[in-house]
Amino acid sequence: MHIIAFTRSTPDTAANVTVDDSGKVVWDGANIVNPWDEYALEEAIAQAKATGSDATVITIGEEAHEEALKHSLAMGMKNAIRVYEDSLDSTDSLTWATLGAAAVEKADDAKLVICGKESIDVQTDQHIYQLARKLGWVMLSNVSKILELSDDSIKVERTTDQGVQQVTAQLPAVISVLKGINEPRYPSFIGIRKASKATIPVWASSDLGVELPQAVTEVISYENLPERDMTTEIIEGGSVEEKATKLVDKLLEEKVL
Amino acid sequence: MSVFAWIETAHGAASPSSWEALGAAASLASDLGTDVTAIVFGENAQAIATESGEYGAANALVCEDASLAKFQLEPYAALLSQLVSEHKPQAVVAVGSSNGRELMAASAADTNSAMINEIIELSVDGGAIVATKPAYAGKVRSQIKANSETVFLALRGRAFPAAEKAGGSANITTVDAAAIADNLNITIEEADTQAEGISLTDAAIVISGGRGMANNPATPSGAVDDETIWKAQDGFANVIQPLADVLDAAVGASRAAVDAGFIGYEAQVGQTGKVVNPDLYIAAGISGAIQHQAGMRGSKIIVAVNKDGDAPIFKLAKYGVVEDLYDFLPALTAELKKRLGK
Repeated sequence: MHIIAFTRSTPDTAANVTVDDSGKVVWDGANIVNPWDEYALEEAIAQAKATGSDATVITIGEEAHEEALKHSLAMGMKNAIRVYEDSLDSTDSLTWATLGAAAVEKADDAKLVICGKESIDVQTDQHIYQLARKLGWVMLSNVSKILELSDDSIKVERTTDQGVQQVTAQLPAVISVLKGINEPRYPSFIGIRKASKATIPVWASSDLGVELPQAVTEVISYENLPERDMTTEIIEGGSVEEKATKLVDKLLEEKVL
Repeated sequence: MSVFAWIETAHGAASPSSWEALGAAASLASDLGTDVTAIVFGENAQAIATESGEYGAANALVCEDASLAKFQLEPYAALLSQLVSEHKPQAVVAVGSSNGRELMAASAADTNSAMINEIIELSVDGGAIVATKPAYAGKVRSQIKANSETVFLALRGRAFPAAEKAGGSANITTVDAAAIADNLNITIEEADTQAEGISLTDAAIVISGGRGMANNPATPSGAVDDETIWKAQDGFANVIQPLADVLDAAVGASRAAVDAGFIGYEAQVGQTGKVVNPDLYIAAGISGAIQHQAGMRGSKIIVAVNKDGDAPIFKLAKYGVVEDLYDFLPALTAELKKRLGK
């Protein structure tokens, strides 16, 4: 079969992200693979190896996202594809899911899509569930372990708000995976060299045989977080007991107990 | 017309956070000049629909089919999408629990509608719904405008006030379950094991431990694999948990504590963990890296306990205590027991 993973480039988790005077989002660090996607990529590589499957990574968006594809190739994904065209807004999840589904359908024998739990830039997971709906595939979210994977079915352990469950579904399926499902590998030096030379095909909606959907959401602005309007009060006292009493006084005044 | 509010159910009762969806739906409906329809699926849906009326829903659409007893995305989405196509609501509002986010996204895809997630503010501008949500791991915010006949909205938990019980009554309609027949495509082999303790994202008070958990003065009585891990785990069990018990609080942790094996990943608060916004957040032995701040800076009151007075967490805290958590937290627990009469 063919296993597909999706990824995006996002700011390094330690970066300071702000909105500049022109309203643009800027950050002071490098771009990395969306941190949740590392687990998806590792799982795709490991499962492809275990089942003798092909492994392809796809991104939907502008050229900056190629960095994430190159990292994925360096980790060990076999093929990479970027879906893009002018006027495509990859922050609109319906657009993302429609193009993503068309790209998956174009891949031969694709039966399993693996995504990270969410994308930190758009800060949502909705596009993953929408991809499953557009494909008409089963959705298994928040997978913490793949227990069995065969050519026609998958058994997983997944975490819900109510607890943990074991679920079996027929393939094809879309799964999203949690941190902790594996330990993502670091790309090897040879892998990085090979990936840096790779030419990545760019597919437009016409290559996928679909019409670019009309975006139904529009980001009208980004803004910096409101400053926390406060000063820090250090609780002083001669003993921990005295400090505890003073802190409880404060918390009772704040009406948060 | 109307604004739908999805009332999430579990074990035959409404999830308490569902009343936040109903409250936000009511305020949106009043801006749009319409009323609220509660959507209730699952065991005991009739009774929960009646309760929704008491919380202000004018109408309710219910389905008690046995296959809906436990949440499953495919049948729930098939039924909701059918109701949306028939009734063409202006919005569908849910609290963004895992199930809520999945259901809103799936039905939005089915009906080619707009969906906005993690909403912290909601308004109507010239007839269009505009939502504010965090972006870039909570480091900035974005304002998103929706342009579709129906707009699916998943709210961040605890960001909107819950509707109040005012004693109204809803006009209840039972809907046909035919739509779900072909959508039962997974087998749940092992039932849910109820998660222990209070959910981090619903809790009004959260206490988190970090790297400082390793400074536990207690020592293991016998041989252990790793003494540092033992100390930290003992600290979570015997210092953090008793404080959480007094306050009915949920227990969280920093990424450093999770990665070091002190506590399970499900407790992680931060950029690659959970985002919480409780009334009170107590950070114990946490330095306050930017990744951690992303998960808790929306808390109303932050208390930092750290023996290093220069730790960045103090810049975010309203109250700071410069002490080792192992000295201070037991004293705090004792004081709270006395003052709260527990």
